[in-house]
Amino acid sequence: MAEPPEKKKREAIPRQKMLEQEARARAKNFDEVPFGYNPDLAKLEASRCLQCKKPACVKDCPVSIDIPSFIWMILQNDFLGAARKLKEMNSLPAVCGRVCPQEDQCEKMCVLGKKGEPVAIGRLERFAADYERKHGEFVMPPKASPSGKKVAVVGSGPAGLTVAGDLIKKGHQVTIFEALHKAGGVLVYGIPEFRLPKAIVQAEVDYLQNVGVEIKTNQVIGQISTVDELMAAGYDAAFLGTGAGLPTFMNIPGENLNGVYSANEYLTRSNLMKAYLFPQYDTPIAQGKKVAVLGGGNVAMDSARTAIRLGAEDVYIVYRRSKKELPARIEEVHHAEEEGIQFHFLTLPVQLLGNDEGWVYGMECQKMELGEPDQSGRRRPIPIPGSEFKIDVDLVIVAIGTGANPLIQSTTPDLKTNKWGYIIADPETGATSKKGVYAGGDIVTGSATVILAMGAGRQAADAIHKYLSE
Amino acid sequence: MIPLFLKPRPQDLCPQNGPYPSLRFKNEESELRSPSEKGDAEVFPIVESRVLATAVKQFKVTAPEIARKRKPGQFIVLRTHEEGERIPLTIADADPEAGTITLIFQEVGKSTAHLGTLSSGDSLLDLIGPLGHPTHIEKFGTVACIGGGIGIAPVYPIARGMHDAGNRVLAIIGARTKNLLILEEEMSKVADFLRVCTDDGSYGYPGFVSDALQDILDQGTQIDLVVAIGPVPMMRVVCNLTRNRNLKTIVSLNPIMVDATGMCGACRVSVGGRTRFVCVDGPEFDGHEVNFAELVKRQRAYLPQEKKSMETFQHAQGACLGGKP
Repeated sequence: MAEPPEKKKREAIPRQKMLEQEARARAKNFDEVPFGYNPDLAKLEASRCLQCKKPACVKDCPVSIDIPSFIWMILQNDFLGAARKLKEMNSLPAVCGRVCPQEDQCEKMCVLGKKGEPVAIGRLERFAADYERKHGEFVMPPKASPSGKKVAVVGSGPAGLTVAGDLIKKGHQVTIFEALHKAGGVLVYGIPEFRLPKAIVQAEVDYLQNVGVEIKTNQVIGQISTVDELMAAGYDAAFLGTGAGLPTFMNIPGENLNGVYSANEYLTRSNLMKAYLFPQYDTPIAQGKKVAVLGGGNVAMDSARTAIRLGAEDVYIVYRRSKKELPARIEEVHHAEEEGIQFHFLTLPVQLLGNDEGWVYGMECQKMELGEPDQSGRRRPIPIPGSEFKIDVDLVIVAIGTGANPLIQSTTPDLKTNKWGYIIADPETGATSKKGVYAGGDIVTGSATVILAMGAGRQAADAIHKYLSE
Repeated sequence: MIPLFLKPRPQDLCPQNGPYPSLRFKNEESELRSPSEKGDAEVFPIVESRVLATAVKQFKVTAPEIARKRKPGQFIVLRTHEEGERIPLTIADADPEAGTITLIFQEVGKSTAHLGTLSSGDSLLDLIGPLGHPTHIEKFGTVACIGGGIGIAPVYPIARGMHDAGNRVLAIIGARTKNLLILEEEMSKVADFLRVCTDDGSYGYPGFVSDALQDILDQGTQIDLVVAIGPVPMMRVVCNLTRNRNLKTIVSLNPIMVDATGMCGACRVSVGGRTRFVCVDGPEFDGHEVNFAELVKRQRAYLPQEKKSMETFQHAQGACLGGKP
């Protein structure tokens, strides 16, 4: 049995980096950026874990993964065991190892982080999940005996996949209804290939199908069937995890010019429809030379990095606050900077300028300064009078968030929503105003993260199981 | 009776390769693709295909749930193959008992040309619908239903719905020339009055559908509602005509769409100064409020790419048919 190294020695081991594609090369391809750990690096990193008796990292994990145990198993060379340990609590470890903001969750709480750098929990999670996908055989997880109850899950994004994975193991019959032609939700249409290879998402979806989840694509609930019709058709409970599928625009003049995309459209064209492989794939995408991405979140970084891979010469992130307030993960900002993305901070677009053919050619902006903190705790940007200036652009991607898609809410009269159209659900259980109907993920919270949607899915699955067992 | 569409298809001529061998690019993605990619996939067989006019085809497709659920004015999105676009098409008709829907399309670009190579016995890869809001149908009195070119296809189910609701239906349909005209017989069955027009005068009333409408209005005919669907210039002219008379006019718009479920915003149009999404807010709007100039420009956004795509397709088709493009 491998023992962790002596305390002194252990403290001398630095946090292990993942090898990754060199920035200039990767800015021209859609392959994944980091290569991940090999077993030696993984074990070296795993040896840094203190195996705390009361692990703080677990407390800040939205799905309560037994982090010290899976890391211990990696150290013991039991990589498949580590993956199974992860899957006890997290149905999508290969996804979460890539896109979770660990620096704000488990790794933030790591005791090692107080003096030096925390254990790279996310990279280890990714390693174990990847190892299992490449080397492991499908093992049917233990399933409870059939309950005879049927659950409809609407949406196959992170929340829906989690609910389905949890409830099928508890013996319920689960059907996922997906509006698009491919399952995976934001993992498929939103997050680019270079950050989350689609084959990984597909493997997770395949796994759920192998476990017995039925997945029906091309089903727009609210149109082909309402929630009431689903319940009348014999489903005992429903989970609504439809995501925040309605893009928000800035409401400034010129936003309907050609060459102005919502991030949702830009990324859907590239990721789901594979427009980056046009004309092998039929869906086209406009290729700008000078591209402005409005917004500072992860979706803005994904859009900017997609634009540079599609051949843009200059890509600007235009953000109205300063670098400190960027909502994107540090890692994503860092990757974007390495790839040559330019940042215009404290800049607010006020108008988009178009030519006679209706194409955008420029953008009028205003400089901002930071005032007092607002409700979100971030300092409020205030326009500086007389600071207007112009930027030449031929493509603009609006990545300032999404709103609530109305299709389900408008066809389900007794489903209560808030003033923004999001479904009102109990934060502990996901229960909505409608009996037997639960909701979670972005359609409840507004734009958030994959792992928070999964956490909401986990809680809702527990509540649905309890409801069905009554 | 129009004969069945019997043109030899490329896949008949290149059976060893399947359709369009040189368009089937191998890449890592397709190697990794698992059979379950579409989930527990349904298929959508084409049970009948007909040529309605030059480059205009009609399919009946098995889709029982959509056939049962759809209402006039709604549309579907389809895909023909894994590399294909999501193509929005109006549901021209449906037979809930037979479980089929009728789709009518004009071959205008690569995707519709590819769709046109399919015929009965083939299947669609994906079919999503019904989408959009149904037409608001009630007894208005006299309703003028105007269809231009391929726009007659979406007007037909609305005319039928208006007729069934007890309205007097004045139908005006038109095409550039006689052999592009579709659905004359079907329209005649649901219209109390039918005027057929051709731009070149090769059949029926010589002139545009808007000219015919002007005539009818000038004669003092009382009309309570106009529904006009067709090319944007046609809808714009009709709306200019009815605006002066304060005659409510509904148009159905067909901008570029991607997901068609409200997620991407590709289909946004300005209506009454507000940005609306045609897929979830429409497809029908008050024609007097629509910014048609903007719509035309947005519809032309991908012309260079569409041309390139079509050339690649024709080249591949030509190569398969013996090297002649």
